[in-house]
Amino acid sequence: MPITLTVNGKAHMLDVEPEMPLLWALRETIGLTGTKFGCGVAACGACTVHLDGRPVRSCVLPLSAAGGKSVTTIEGLAQEGGLSTVQQAWIAHQVPQCGYCQSGMIMAVAALLAETPKPTDADIDAGLTNICRCGTFARVRAAIHEIANSTAEESAS
Amino acid sequence: MNKWSRRAFIGAGTVAGGGFLLGVAGFTFAPSRHSLVSADAAAKGQLTTWITITPDNVVNILIPHCEMGQGTPTALAMMAAEELEADWSLVRAQEAPAQDEYANGYIIRAMGGGYVPAMLGRGVDYGAYKAMAWFGLMVTGGSTAVRGTGEWGMRVAGAAAKEMLVAAAAKQWNVPASECVAKGSRVAHAASGKSASYGELARAAATQSVPTSPTLKNPDSFTIRRTSTKRLDIPSKVDGSAMYAIDFTTPGMLYAALAIAPVQGGKLVSVDTTPADAMPGVKKVVKLDEAVAVVADSFWRARRALAALKPEFSDAGHGAVSTASIFAAFDQALGPAPALPKAAAKTLTADYRAPFLAHATMEPMVCTAKVDGDQADVWAGVQDPLNARSVAAKALDLNVDNVRLTNFMLGGGFGRRLPFTFDYVDLGVRVAQAMSPTPVKTIWTRENDIQHDYYRGAAMSRHAGALDANGTPLAAHSNYTGGGNSEAVFMPYQIAEMAAEEKKAAHPIREGQWRSVLNSQHGFFKESFIDEMAHAAGKDPFEFRRSLLGEQPRFKAALEKAAAMSGWGTPLPPGEGRGIAVCDSFGTICAEVVHVAVSPEGQLKVVHVYAAIDCGDVVHLDGATAQAEGGIIFALSAALLSEITIDQGRVVQTNFRDYPMIHIADAPKITTAFIRSEAPLGGMGEPPVPPLAPALCNAIFAATGVRVRELPIKKTPLKRA
Repeated sequence: MPITLTVNGKAHMLDVEPEMPLLWALRETIGLTGTKFGCGVAACGACTVHLDGRPVRSCVLPLSAAGGKSVTTIEGLAQEGGLSTVQQAWIAHQVPQCGYCQSGMIMAVAALLAETPKPTDADIDAGLTNICRCGTFARVRAAIHEIANSTAEESAS
Repeated sequence: MNKWSRRAFIGAGTVAGGGFLLGVAGFTFAPSRHSLVSADAAAKGQLTTWITITPDNVVNILIPHCEMGQGTPTALAMMAAEELEADWSLVRAQEAPAQDEYANGYIIRAMGGGYVPAMLGRGVDYGAYKAMAWFGLMVTGGSTAVRGTGEWGMRVAGAAAKEMLVAAAAKQWNVPASECVAKGSRVAHAASGKSASYGELARAAATQSVPTSPTLKNPDSFTIRRTSTKRLDIPSKVDGSAMYAIDFTTPGMLYAALAIAPVQGGKLVSVDTTPADAMPGVKKVVKLDEAVAVVADSFWRARRALAALKPEFSDAGHGAVSTASIFAAFDQALGPAPALPKAAAKTLTADYRAPFLAHATMEPMVCTAKVDGDQADVWAGVQDPLNARSVAAKALDLNVDNVRLTNFMLGGGFGRRLPFTFDYVDLGVRVAQAMSPTPVKTIWTRENDIQHDYYRGAAMSRHAGALDANGTPLAAHSNYTGGGNSEAVFMPYQIAEMAAEEKKAAHPIREGQWRSVLNSQHGFFKESFIDEMAHAAGKDPFEFRRSLLGEQPRFKAALEKAAAMSGWGTPLPPGEGRGIAVCDSFGTICAEVVHVAVSPEGQLKVVHVYAAIDCGDVVHLDGATAQAEGGIIFALSAALLSEITIDQGRVVQTNFRDYPMIHIADAPKITTAFIRSEAPLGGMGEPPVPPLAPALCNAIFAATGVRVRELPIKKTPLKRA
């Protein structure tokens, strides 16, 4: 029985095994390759997407668990009129190196900021467990703080 | 001595007949390997092999290196644009196609050919030496891109193109070229008030003769280099549009999952394919010499079907090999500690051990191939497209000219995707051959990747040192296994007796190049031992080193800078400590100070890393900084956590669960500083790696009194008594 889900605002009906991980449905069935395969065991976070706004590691999430829900991938993060604040900060801080982990990193950070708009370093340490082999962590942290500060300024003004 | 002309790198701007114009006289290394100017060069505004300017005034620069996160294409484009006097906002870069004409091996070879002797001032630079051995390749590795292709290729190409544009303008306006000024992608003639964009001049410029020896800019007038331009590849890496090999698709493509003989060299003995044959989506079970592949209409289905199989593999006679047996052989080969001068007042010995390491690039190995008759197309992410193409041709027994290879952005390289380690291309094309003419994408799982790497070699080193009654070192000797070279074992210190001798202890675990190559083990060995000598002498480890660097001003300056940045010598709370180390590799000297805090229970926190780097001159400041940050984190993960172990000839670790990496919570603050020197450009991809492990272990000793002599550090309890 086909599984229906919404990906980046668009409805999809997928006729594949319900136990197929969401990652492969996104990449191979729907053709959204921005979400990456890194480990297949939810250890690295390269496959992070949002499921109804919450971050999930799509490499271990069965498609059935996404049925009827709304998925946002890196391709859907940009809003009307341009890149999201996280994406903009990523360019400003020149965060990516090889970039392979960064789709997942950006999705994890976007979710973290949605939950905790002004995270402390401890919040970041606890909330972000994505692996980056290029070692972009210092820039990830700096970019998060900049976003948090500019958001705080906006709400203060 | 070999000598090459600058013209050789420039290529002709004019067109001689149809097809491609190949070859310019005066190049002694590979006269047919450099200039590639298309037949319609003038119409396209192609000025040199590397540079094309289109009528919309956009400068396109072809880069004969891959982008694996190191930002090299941006740095190289900056070097060309600087000499070209281009408006940076109008510059684009793209990777050169995998064709012989773009081979960069000759440039690397030229680096060792006597034209740049200073670079090789202390014997043979290892990176360049290895790369030279790969002559004819298109390598990105050995930290050679900027100092080879950039310094001796891109700069000259940019300068030549600029002179051609100026000559074209002067001719058009009938004024002396000397009165024309090129700046911001325009040529202007002040007296007449005439001005034209490069785009307007490109067509005429392409018909100008190529200057054989264009004038290069004085570094004092650089406006693009030494700055932090935005990297050209980054926008595509924040919105998911960057294309890696794993993202490639082609119509009708199938997917393959692999089980490879768990013991390197083992063969597929038997496999009952029945359980997979009937599973949904499965097209075929392909038996290869050393592996079995399931080909299906989706990767997940292929992998699921593969899991239903129980292939049997032979062990190539290596079934008894283990980490313990390898290190026991190392220990035996090292023999007694090296002899020391009899006059010594104090002597010390120490053994150090470094484990096998995997590269664990974030993007696993992937190869898509379509084999059709005597033709093949290959899509993969490689650090050397030309060698990868020849690997594919050999595996398929095809003429290399019938194989086309498309490269992609690399999801990490670190040495895994270098020449002679293209097993994933070799396997991928053979799987596709079995499905010919259907294209097949073979994706390695993380388990494939961790268990079938070309590992950073395990190594062991046995040191002996002697001091006189004043604590002045008399001798520092070592025996080592696991490989070495003159650069890796070099110690810059003024010590009367110094020697390092290699001892052989063969094992069957396959090895490759891992970011910073042999310097990663030897940096740990030698800079740990000099620290032990300092403590044995009762001296401050920084002052001890500095006192021995009288004849090495670059080392001394880097060491002093790192110490000053870190506040070396200022008091720290109990349980905290600083450690220092300085290494040179790939033409760059990097000194690092690591500040750690160790709890009474032995919990280690790396607080801050300070790096002072002399790479001659920095081309792309932010890019170089990012490489330092990245190299430090890469080295830190390895030093703290990483170890590949062997049991029954097989790699024990499987994935990030048992081959873990540090997270952002473990990442220290990093402060970098660059020291400008007169030295030739050094590499930046690798040199920040070697000093990290010793500086860290030296800091742990300062904090706790526990001397860590075996990596990873997690194996040594740091709990204080």
